[in-house]
Amino acid sequence: MNYAGIIITLAWRNLWRNHRRTLIMVAAISVGAWAMIFMTSLMRGMVNDMLRDGIRVLPGHVQVHHAAYRDDPSVNNLLAMTAGEVSAAMTAAGIERFTARVRVPAIISSERESRGITFVGVDPRQEALLDAIGSAIVEGEALSGPDDKGVIIGQKLADKLDTRVGKRVVVMSQDPDNEVADRGFRVVGLYAANLAVQEETYAFAGREIVQAMLRIGDGVSEVAVSGDDYRDVSQLLAQVSALMDEQDEVLPWQELDAYLGTMLGVMDGFVLIWVIVIFLALSFGLVNTLVMAVFERVREIGLMLALGMRPSSILAQIIVESILLLVIGLSVGNALAFASIVPLQDGIDISIVAEGMEMFGASSVLYPELQMNDVVLANIVVLLLGFLASLSPAWRASRYEPVEAITKV
Amino acid sequence: MNITLRLAWRNLWRQPRRTWLTIGAMVFSNALLVFMISLQFGMYDLMIDNTLQAFTGHIQVQAPGYKDDLKMRQVVPAVNALASDIRRETGLDRVAVRSAAFALVSSEDRSYGVQVFGADPQHEAQVSSLPGLVRDGRFPTDANAQEIVIGAVLARNLRVSVGDELTLLGSGRDGSFAAAVATISGIFDSGIADLDRNIAEVPLGFFNDVFYMEDAGHAIVVVTPNLDDVEAYRSRIESLLPVGSNLVVHDWNALQPGLKQAIQADLSSAFFMYGVLVVLVAFSVMNTQLMSVLERTHEFGIVMSLGLTPGRLGRLVLLETVLMGLAGMLLGALVGGAITLWFSYNGFSYPGMDQLAANFNLPSRFYPQATLLTLFAGPAVVFIGSICSATYPALRLHWLHPVEAMRAV
Repeated sequence: MNYAGIIITLAWRNLWRNHRRTLIMVAAISVGAWAMIFMTSLMRGMVNDMLRDGIRVLPGHVQVHHAAYRDDPSVNNLLAMTAGEVSAAMTAAGIERFTARVRVPAIISSERESRGITFVGVDPRQEALLDAIGSAIVEGEALSGPDDKGVIIGQKLADKLDTRVGKRVVVMSQDPDNEVADRGFRVVGLYAANLAVQEETYAFAGREIVQAMLRIGDGVSEVAVSGDDYRDVSQLLAQVSALMDEQDEVLPWQELDAYLGTMLGVMDGFVLIWVIVIFLALSFGLVNTLVMAVFERVREIGLMLALGMRPSSILAQIIVESILLLVIGLSVGNALAFASIVPLQDGIDISIVAEGMEMFGASSVLYPELQMNDVVLANIVVLLLGFLASLSPAWRASRYEPVEAITKV
Repeated sequence: MNITLRLAWRNLWRQPRRTWLTIGAMVFSNALLVFMISLQFGMYDLMIDNTLQAFTGHIQVQAPGYKDDLKMRQVVPAVNALASDIRRETGLDRVAVRSAAFALVSSEDRSYGVQVFGADPQHEAQVSSLPGLVRDGRFPTDANAQEIVIGAVLARNLRVSVGDELTLLGSGRDGSFAAAVATISGIFDSGIADLDRNIAEVPLGFFNDVFYMEDAGHAIVVVTPNLDDVEAYRSRIESLLPVGSNLVVHDWNALQPGLKQAIQADLSSAFFMYGVLVVLVAFSVMNTQLMSVLERTHEFGIVMSLGLTPGRLGRLVLLETVLMGLAGMLLGALVGGAITLWFSYNGFSYPGMDQLAANFNLPSRFYPQATLLTLFAGPAVVFIGSICSATYPALRLHWLHPVEAMRAV
């Protein structure tokens, strides 16, 4: 048997000399590893869900606005290019998933009620490519084109306005000269969104109709472009910036919605902190177990040293013992985590705190999401720090004076 | 000093390293718990206070359904008389009448849809912090003045300042057209983006004229001296409602259900994390005590054959754990308290937290405050967990046979 084989065999057998202690430690590591991965996957699921919901409101991984529009979303702050010019430029550059919108604050009134809303003029075929919230029609029908004379509102807003599909509503806003711009619309469809506040805020109508109502020609307030992966938009950003007028502001979604953008960063930090905290709580037990294991074998270690085993082999043996313990614990913990997440794939219903979750911007069903890099991070952090924590007891063991150690009671 | 106590104390220090490592695990978890719990509960209180003080108050009397629908016709009839009744009968002076409507507010070159509140100039300042937050100008003092107070963001977007005129367009209580001109008397800056962007306040008498409210209002807002008194006052106010009326009295939790639920959601995820920490410490203690029992098998055998009962020995092992637990609890509370104290002067922040905090009406730096509860709640649970985990090693003593035990090495 080769050297490494002997060390591993020794470490393995030593581990099971006191199986109760080893089992308790394995249990502790398993619970720790399970908690790391389980909790992380829940949080990841929540944040990713929030991001998707947030991006879906008026999607577009990269969006273009007039430089003043985000602070002052007024009909006066339109893009330098018209909808037609944008469309021509995008098509020429081979970009398919783009849309140009008119988006202004407005008041919507039914016969009985009025509400403040964000009124969005869209080209429904282009919006569908981006999977906007207004595309999830639950009653009535979708807008047929940019010249559709109907309006689509959220279910919640319909309730509050005491209106329904087929009824008429009046939308009031302003034109660029601040004359009241209003128009009657027939409610053609109701949409559902994950967050109640979205259903109450956004109403959609055909872009050309809204442009005519606001008397802005072919002007638009924003252009939204989507790529394949919302996490990496730098290339798309550069491509769109080159196409648009340089006065206008081209921003990725992370900067458009600072809350969502920050959430992603905060989550990454949280995962690491959580993993390290759990490890620290574990480390005391781990070091303690190793110290005990060394302490009760002082005589034996002395004997091995006296018989000619090198101190480095003693060191290696204790460290291997620690790593084996961690590997067993981690394997069980990972298995537990997978086993507990798989049955929850269909989502955990937390609607009892739905309104609270909405304050976070999250919906009331939680889908745990297991991300491989989180699992790898957790395992590597535990193994690496576990190795460091076992250095001290192992070092002490290898430094024993053989004669003293043998004679120790 | 009791003999068992003295024995337990000395036993602990036979293996000082092991004892310290176990206490270390407790101190680590306890300190973390103390700090986290102090931070959390401080945050919750601030969140509740900031949200309720701004606008909602603690109790509101409304027509049934108004809370969710905010419809103009859902009114409290003869509202001023009822408010006076409440003031007189409960002895509370922080009682104010409020009404609300959605209207298009236009300046010379901008229009925005906002929620316009009619507020009683005499009493509003006692139930809402907004009048106190008027930065430029002043809150109206005359109930019939044609004046309006708006938020700072709205003022910037409308491009107006104190003294300018605004036009209000909306619909009245009976669904008819309502229009008025009002002079801006003040601009408030609450720091809560939602309020600063979407809200305007006008004197109640003026509001009633414009929106045909007559003697009706939408809500009576009440602030009680203390959050704990809310329920008592709520039922008292319920008994004051006119006979045969269907009015409802909501407490703050019904008015802002998201608030308590967000806290619950946050608490349950926090409790999961704390639970894991406690379990890990418990494993650590169990391991230590099991070791210390096993290595004393020989010794226990002797004392048992001398007549000591297993029950008494078990109590000895538990007492050792209690001593360790007490040390861990006190040191943990001390370290955790010190960390909390440091942050209570210097403030705690985390990169990206300002964005998250703003969602919950919180400042971007927290100053956690340690109370007796936050200092000892976490450590007490860790203490109990440790004692529970030591019962297994203690109970094992009952299976010990003195003769066999004495032969053990």
